[in-house]
Amino acid sequence: MERHTIAVLVNDCPGVLTRVANLFGQRGCNIDSITVGSSEEAGLSRMIITTSGDDHQINQLMKQLRKLIDIISVTNLSKDPFVSRELALIKVNATPSQLVELKSIVEPFRATIVDVGPASLIIQVTGDTEKIDALLVLLQSYGILELTRTGSMAMARSAVSAPVHA
Amino acid sequence: MILEIAELDGKHGMPNLGFGEELSGSETLLRSLILEGVEYVFGYPGGAVLPIYDSLYSSMLKHVLSRHEQGAIHAADGYARATGKAGVVIATSGPGATNLVTGIATAQMDSVPLVCITGNVFQSLIGTDAFQEANITGITIPITKHNYFVRDVRDLPRIIKEAFYIATTGRPGPVLIDIPKDVSNAKAPFYYPQSVEIRGYQDSLIPSDDDVERFIGAIQHAKRPVIMAGGGIISAGAHQELLEFAEKTRIPVINTFMGLGGFPGVHELALGMPGMHGSYTANHALLEADCVIALGARFDDRITMGRTKEFAPKARKVHVDIDPAELGKNVSTAVMVAGDVKSTLQKALPLAQACDTADWLKQLDAWKQAYPYTYQKGAELKPQEVIEMLFETTQGEAIVTTDVGQHQMWVAQYYKFKHARSLISSGGLGTMGFGFPAAIGAKVAHPDRTVIAVVGDGGFQMTNQELAIVNQYNIPVKVVILNNQCLGMVRQWQETFYDSRYSQIDLTCSPDFVKLAEAYGVKGMRATTSEEAKAVWAEALAYDGPVVIDFRVANMENVWPMVAPGDTLDQMVMGDE
Repeated sequence: MERHTIAVLVNDCPGVLTRVANLFGQRGCNIDSITVGSSEEAGLSRMIITTSGDDHQINQLMKQLRKLIDIISVTNLSKDPFVSRELALIKVNATPSQLVELKSIVEPFRATIVDVGPASLIIQVTGDTEKIDALLVLLQSYGILELTRTGSMAMARSAVSAPVHA
Repeated sequence: MILEIAELDGKHGMPNLGFGEELSGSETLLRSLILEGVEYVFGYPGGAVLPIYDSLYSSMLKHVLSRHEQGAIHAADGYARATGKAGVVIATSGPGATNLVTGIATAQMDSVPLVCITGNVFQSLIGTDAFQEANITGITIPITKHNYFVRDVRDLPRIIKEAFYIATTGRPGPVLIDIPKDVSNAKAPFYYPQSVEIRGYQDSLIPSDDDVERFIGAIQHAKRPVIMAGGGIISAGAHQELLEFAEKTRIPVINTFMGLGGFPGVHELALGMPGMHGSYTANHALLEADCVIALGARFDDRITMGRTKEFAPKARKVHVDIDPAELGKNVSTAVMVAGDVKSTLQKALPLAQACDTADWLKQLDAWKQAYPYTYQKGAELKPQEVIEMLFETTQGEAIVTTDVGQHQMWVAQYYKFKHARSLISSGGLGTMGFGFPAAIGAKVAHPDRTVIAVVGDGGFQMTNQELAIVNQYNIPVKVVILNNQCLGMVRQWQETFYDSRYSQIDLTCSPDFVKLAEAYGVKGMRATTSEEAKAVWAEALAYDGPVVIDFRVANMENVWPMVAPGDTLDQMVMGDE
C-alpha cells in the first residue's frame, strides 16, 4: 500500500466533486486528503487527491477517473519528482507568557504565530505532511485545542524533458 | 410538425427546422429528439413533466405509455439493444425518476445506450424537499455514464446533443438529463448544434498499427488458440469481422453470455458459452488453450469464478477492449489493445493467417460430441425441451429476451443464436422483470421479426403489468413463461449449497397466467406436456398478436453443468446423475 498523489483537472461545475468522491468509494479506495481550487485555466479546477493502494488499484482508479465526462486529465504525481505543500492552523493551549518559548519551537519549522489570545494561540505552518506531523508532536505537550489542515497541494517539478502524464 | 423523419435525419440540409424560432424547453427537447433520429419514446407522465407531455400531444414522436417507469426503461433498453440506437425514456420527478433506477443500472452494467429524461420540480423549490422532489442526478451518478441537471433552457440543445453522443459512442451507456419544470416552460430561440466537443472524452479508439501487429504476433504461432467474444462485438457491430477473422485464422470462438449472437451459434467453430453454466467444450478450451483472445469481453466473475490468477492457466492472454479500464482489470493479460474491436479486426484481417489448429479443432469437436448439454426427458415437460422447441421452430432467427435465473441459462445453452442483437438479457446486473418489457421495445424496433420473451413465473410478476401496453398498441410479442412454480435458481442454490433448506422460493400462489393475460385482453394459453407444448407453441407462433403461454415445467430441474463460485473451470459438475 503506497501513498499516491493524484492531480485531477476537472470542469468547474456543480457535482464534479461528488462524481470524483463517489468513484473512489465505488472502487473501494479511500481519499486520504483532497484539495480543490481554481487552475491556470478559467472554467477548470484542479483537485489534488492523496490516496493509498498498490499499483494495480491506483492504475484502475486513474483509468476509471478518466472515464468521467467532467474530468479532463488525470496525472499520478508520485511517479515523478513533485513538490507537495500543506497548510495547517494549530490552536495551542498556551498563555501569552509562553509566547517566547513557543516562538523558539516553531521558528525552525518556519511557522508563525498568527493569533494570540488570553488562553490560546494559533500557529500557522506550511510544508510537506511529514514536517507538519513533526511540529504537531512537539506541540502536543501544550495541548492542541483545535487543528485544521488543508491536505496536500502538489505540482510536478519542472522536468528536463517534457512532463510525463501517466 | 408534418415533416417525415427521413427529412430530418440531420444529413440532408434539414429544411424548415425553425432555427431561431422561440420554443419552450419542452418543445426544444422534443424537436431535439427528432433531430437525433428518435422515433419512439417510452415513458410515463406526471406533474414535473406536464409541459413535456403537453408538447408531446402535438409532436410526431411516437410515445409508448408503460404502466410502470421500470417497464418503460426496460422497453427503451430492449429497443436500444435490438437496434444499437439510443433508447429514450421519459419519467416525472421523484418516484417517477427513482423507478428508473433499476433500469439505468441494468443498462450501465451491459453498456446499453439510453437517454433518460426526467422532470424535476421548479428550481425555486429545489432543495426544499418539495413534493415529488428527488435528487436524481445525485442518485444516478454511480449508475450512469454521465448525467445532467439543466439550469438554463439555452443549454438544453447542447446537453441533448452531448447526451446522445456520450450514450452511443465509446463504451456505450445510459445518460440522464434532469429538467426542472421552469426550464421546460422557459422559452429561448431554438438552435441545434451540429457537433459536440467534450474535452478529454474518448469517443472512439482506433488501435495503432503497432498494436495490431502485436495482436497478430501474439496469436499467429498459437496451436490451441481460442477467441472469447463478448458483448463488445455486438456493441461495435463487429460480428461480420469476427466471422471473417475466425474463418480465416481457423480459431474457434467462445461467446460470453453477452456475446451470444455475435458469432453464429451453429457455426463449426462455435464452442458456446463459458463459465458457471457454460459448455464443457468452452470451459475446457479455456483450460487447455495456449492463447485466449478476448474481444470486447471483460473476464467477469461468472466466467473466471473469481479465480482470476488461475483463469486459462496455460494461455497467453490477448485483450482488445474499447474501455482502457477493462484492460488488466480482472485478469492480467500479455497483450492489451485499447481499441474499438471492429476497427481492430478490420486492421488485423489483412495481416491474419491461418493458424495450425487442425489437431486442436479435432479435440474440440470430440468434446462437443462427447459432452453436449443434456437433460433427461420424462413424463413432465422439461424447460430445456421448451427452449429447444423455440430454437427448432424459429431456426435461431428470433429475438429472444429473458429475465434472470434458470430459464436465462437454458436460453443461453439451447437457443443457438444466428444473429447479433438477438439475445436481449440483463447479463451484468441480473435484473428480474427485464425480459418482458425489453421484448416490447425490441418488437417495436423490429416489427417484422419474431420476438419471444422467455421469463420465469417469478420475474414475469415483477413487470407483467406491461401486458396492458402490448394490448393497447397491439405489440405481438410472445411471452413464454417457464412456470416451475418456484424461484428455480434460488431453489437450485439452496439445494446445492444450503442442504435443500428451501427458504421463501414457493410461488405456487401465483395467478393463473392464462386468465391474467385474458384480463389484459391478451391471448393466454397453457401447456403441461410435451405434446401440448408443441401444439400450443405452433398456434402461438402463427397467431398475429400478443400471446402469453404458461408452460408448466418440471419444478426440480437444475441447470447443468455448473461450476461453483470459487472453483476453477475444471471443477464442473455435469449433472444430477
